[in-house]
Amino acid sequence: MMVKKNIAQILVGIDSNTVLSGARKVKTKLITEISKQGLSDQIAVIETGSIGPVNKGVVIGIYPTGEIYGNMSEEDVAEFVQERLVKGRPYKKRLLPERLPLEVDLSTYDPRRTQYVGRIVLDNCGRINPEDIEEYIGVGGYEALGIALKEKTPQEIISLVRDSGLRGRGGAGFPTGLKWSFAAREKETPKYVICNADEGEPGTFKDRLIMEGDPHKILEGMAICGYAIGANTGYIYIRGEYQLSIQRLKKAIEDAEKLGLLGQNIFGTDFNFEVKIKIGAGSYVCGEETALLNSMEGFRGEPRLKPPYPAESGFLSKPTNVNNVETLANVAPIILKGAEWFRKFGTEDSPGTKVYTILGQINRPGLIEVPMGITLREIIYDYAGGISTGEFKMVQLGGTAGDILSAELLDLPLDYKSLQEVGHNLGSGAILIMNESVSVVDLLKCGMKFFVHESCGRCSVCRIGTRQMYESFQRLEKKIAYPDELENIEELAKGLKLTAFCPLGQSVATPVLSALKYFKAELSEGIKPHKIYKPAVRNQSRAEIIYS
Amino acid sequence: MINITINDRKIEVPEGTTILNAAKKVGINIPTLCYLEGLQEPGSCRMCVVEVEKAATLQPSCVTVVSEGMKIYTNTKRVREARKIILELLLSDHPWECNTCDRNQDCELQKLAEEHGIKEVRFQSVKERLPLDESTPGIVRDPNKCILCRRCVTVCQEVQEVTTLAPRARGFNTIIAPGAGDLLSEAVCVQCGQCSAVCPVGAISEKNDIDKVWEALDNPDKLVVVQTAPAIRAALGECFGLEPGTLVKGRMTAALRILGFDRVFDTNFAADLTILEEGTELLARLKKVLVEKDKKVALPMFTSCSPGWINYMEYFYPELIPNVSTCKSPQQMFGAIAKTYYADKIGKKKEDLVVVSVMPCTAKKFECEREEMKSSGVKDVDYVLTTRELGKMIKQAGIDFVNLPDEEMDAPLGISTGAADIFANTGGVMEAALRTVYEIVTGRELPFNGLHVTPIQGLAGVKEASLKIEGTKEEWRFLEGVVLNVAVAHGLGNAKKMIEELKSGKKQYHFVEIMACPGGCIGGGGQPRLTTDEVRKARIQAVYKEDEGREYRKSHENPALKVLYEEFLGEPLGERSHHLLHTKYFNKKDGTI
Repeated sequence: MMVKKNIAQILVGIDSNTVLSGARKVKTKLITEISKQGLSDQIAVIETGSIGPVNKGVVIGIYPTGEIYGNMSEEDVAEFVQERLVKGRPYKKRLLPERLPLEVDLSTYDPRRTQYVGRIVLDNCGRINPEDIEEYIGVGGYEALGIALKEKTPQEIISLVRDSGLRGRGGAGFPTGLKWSFAAREKETPKYVICNADEGEPGTFKDRLIMEGDPHKILEGMAICGYAIGANTGYIYIRGEYQLSIQRLKKAIEDAEKLGLLGQNIFGTDFNFEVKIKIGAGSYVCGEETALLNSMEGFRGEPRLKPPYPAESGFLSKPTNVNNVETLANVAPIILKGAEWFRKFGTEDSPGTKVYTILGQINRPGLIEVPMGITLREIIYDYAGGISTGEFKMVQLGGTAGDILSAELLDLPLDYKSLQEVGHNLGSGAILIMNESVSVVDLLKCGMKFFVHESCGRCSVCRIGTRQMYESFQRLEKKIAYPDELENIEELAKGLKLTAFCPLGQSVATPVLSALKYFKAELSEGIKPHKIYKPAVRNQSRAEIIYS
Repeated sequence: MINITINDRKIEVPEGTTILNAAKKVGINIPTLCYLEGLQEPGSCRMCVVEVEKAATLQPSCVTVVSEGMKIYTNTKRVREARKIILELLLSDHPWECNTCDRNQDCELQKLAEEHGIKEVRFQSVKERLPLDESTPGIVRDPNKCILCRRCVTVCQEVQEVTTLAPRARGFNTIIAPGAGDLLSEAVCVQCGQCSAVCPVGAISEKNDIDKVWEALDNPDKLVVVQTAPAIRAALGECFGLEPGTLVKGRMTAALRILGFDRVFDTNFAADLTILEEGTELLARLKKVLVEKDKKVALPMFTSCSPGWINYMEYFYPELIPNVSTCKSPQQMFGAIAKTYYADKIGKKKEDLVVVSVMPCTAKKFECEREEMKSSGVKDVDYVLTTRELGKMIKQAGIDFVNLPDEEMDAPLGISTGAADIFANTGGVMEAALRTVYEIVTGRELPFNGLHVTPIQGLAGVKEASLKIEGTKEEWRFLEGVVLNVAVAHGLGNAKKMIEELKSGKKQYHFVEIMACPGGCIGGGGQPRLTTDEVRKARIQAVYKEDEGREYRKSHENPALKVLYEEFLGEPLGERSHHLLHTKYFNKKDGTI
């Protein structure tokens, strides 16, 4: 591999968002302008994945200084090159407050304050060209796979992952090492590794940015998992809308196969592993692992009965391990640097970091990776740069199926255990921060509309319950709700939580019950004053009976 | 054995027992709705949820298997409230038309609502009304009443393997729809009606022909004759609360007379006729293959009594058309004989004779509408009622069925043998045919205890038997020493399995009996609900009992049949038989018909 001796590198974030803002044109213009100034041999222009900030148009970053510029247009480029690269002054017009991740110094590392330093999952995102396998190898890529295959037994790998304390990042937080051990102990073959890249939670797009920014890391994690559980085939189940991810993953698979990092006799061992891509049609429930399996097999996207769990009988009824993208992205670093190292991040119960997409009425929406256990307040005021307009009112943690929390929970640490203790959930990684202009009813109604659309229709309580709750929220919004509306909603939500067939149905209750807990007064405003008459005619509508 | 407690009562159950079945042992019936024992345990309707200590959510008892030390509570506040919510949700969009519904008083949802004390449904209907599907002769679908339990989907896809019905769309918009269209007539449906036999509510039922039959009975110009299939007498009693397997032939005959039928005849008469025609056809085929080496004659020969099977064959295996017996089903043979031979005998015009069938079957409604079924010049069978419909007519007439005295059927078309009775059971047609064929060929009785061919009895999906023919009569010498291989399949999924094995060359048979419905006609789509395996076994036993109590137990001994051949038909496979009693089939695989 040719080592590029550049003094500086300019990273152009190419992801689905920035492409639409003209990132490719900015990149071409940058190359032209840098060449005009005769700086081509000193400054490299590198295409990379998401740099972090979203809603900021074309985003570029500079190494080694770490500055990030946003909203860059073609017209800005000439001036930028002149000011920043030739004259060495910051180009203030487009400078953003965020900084690129730099090397972590663990000796002075404070697990509670790792702003802009110490990333595990996103370490390479926005730093290397995701379409160049040599860049990935250059930063230590595929080394973990080599170590795993040549120096460790599958059992040792599983122990290492278990010791690291890594928990599934898809939402449920199941210990990853334990999950792997279930599939590993099955005798039946072939076995399968499936990377769940169906990311359907509204507001969550971390997996997309991970795949766009560092596709090889996923492949490496899958191959290590395959070795650990005894699988030779991996599938990435990815939603069809993720065009750029699909394209980059395909390229990454091809390149890895060319170099013998995937395929037959990897690293000269007798381990074979191939990765295939299955494209989903964008059904939310297919992110649930058994519905995903049904979809992969060409059946209706509905969850299967558990047990048997996928580890026992999964894809094509064979032992299967399904992990989320972010979970798999943690694997190679753990193998490379050890469980001990991983445990330095985050908390005792939830080691490591968590990738969030932060959205809403904040100054700096975007993608962040932070240690487990930091508080909402830190995320909002340190990472998100505070509330953009108005006052903080509430936050929805973990996507549409996440808890709606009020200001009183701002100092709650975000890790599996702390949240569980107060009856809440970390969810999938979206944090929606809202000011007083957002009404709780509106938020619930929009969320419920989504669930009505996405319920698979298998179990009665989710199929009908979501629709009835949507009706209730519409009545609350129009302020014509029944006097017992909130009690009914609560009973319905509890019914869903207790009896729905799958986690999707059960999680529908999460935002509803938390909103009822923290925002009951506001919800009550939607109830219409009434006189209750005992129903005389059964066929009369409830409204006629109650308000007549 | 596993030790558990249910509602604090200790109990020991075998490993693998579900909570639902364990609870039954301590006298607790957990309510279910989508569950179908042995067939569908999807855990979808969530009615059967119970509290399991240490589990965060309520557990569906129909699918949750007990584990050591499990503590189960079936009647806690949480359980009651959850079930109530589920029922209210199901009722919110279920039409409140119980009084006019086909399933009034026979509806599982209605029963559960009553049992759970649902007095108010807090949720309002938001669903748009969908049109009824009355596009086929046998089955009516009312999607508005559907509660999406998917029992019909399971029987259609997994038992019958026809896969007409499937869930379409998602979530609240989910419907159970036939194929890609909206109408059953546009899809490949064999009309077996197993869906209507398992529906817990009034969403799928047989097309109701009761009013047409009343009209015929009310018309003084018409002579209305009725035939009842062999499977009715072992099941009709269930409509009146009698135990499954109660034989009610005599009471049924009395009830039919009270209803006003002018002649009470028997499909059994035509079943005996079928055996003579079909047995002779089998022997003719064997002779052509073994003696004349005729390559155009196909073996094995398949039975043709089950119209669901015939539809299935025409859609999925039209290449078997040459193998299927050309004999019409007993229902249609009866119609053709009634409107020719019998009409002539009593001096009635065939137009003034109305033939009503009572069948355990919805496909029979389809069969009587087929264009080929007009050999008498008019429709041979006018109306088909299911067992359930006859039950309703008897109730409408206010007849105290249970306490009726036994009566005898009318001659001559009400005279039959035990061989005809067992047509109701899977393996019965085969056994009846063997009783006659063996005797024709050897001059001796079938050499089995009680004339029963036990290997082909019972509920195994595919059954086989071999019979060595020895001591043949002179004219059948070519069959001397031949081992006759026969097979029986019931349920179309089993039929498919057997046919695939035949086609792959793994199996070779001479004669095959196929019944579309599991258990044969006693488990037909028109029988009283709900037909479980327990119920099937009881009905099968009753049918064998009926057979064993008969004076004549072989079709060729039927005295009325002898007269029919002497006076009218001549001989089996003769000119008149060919015209009246045999039919042809169509290739529907390419969708041209």
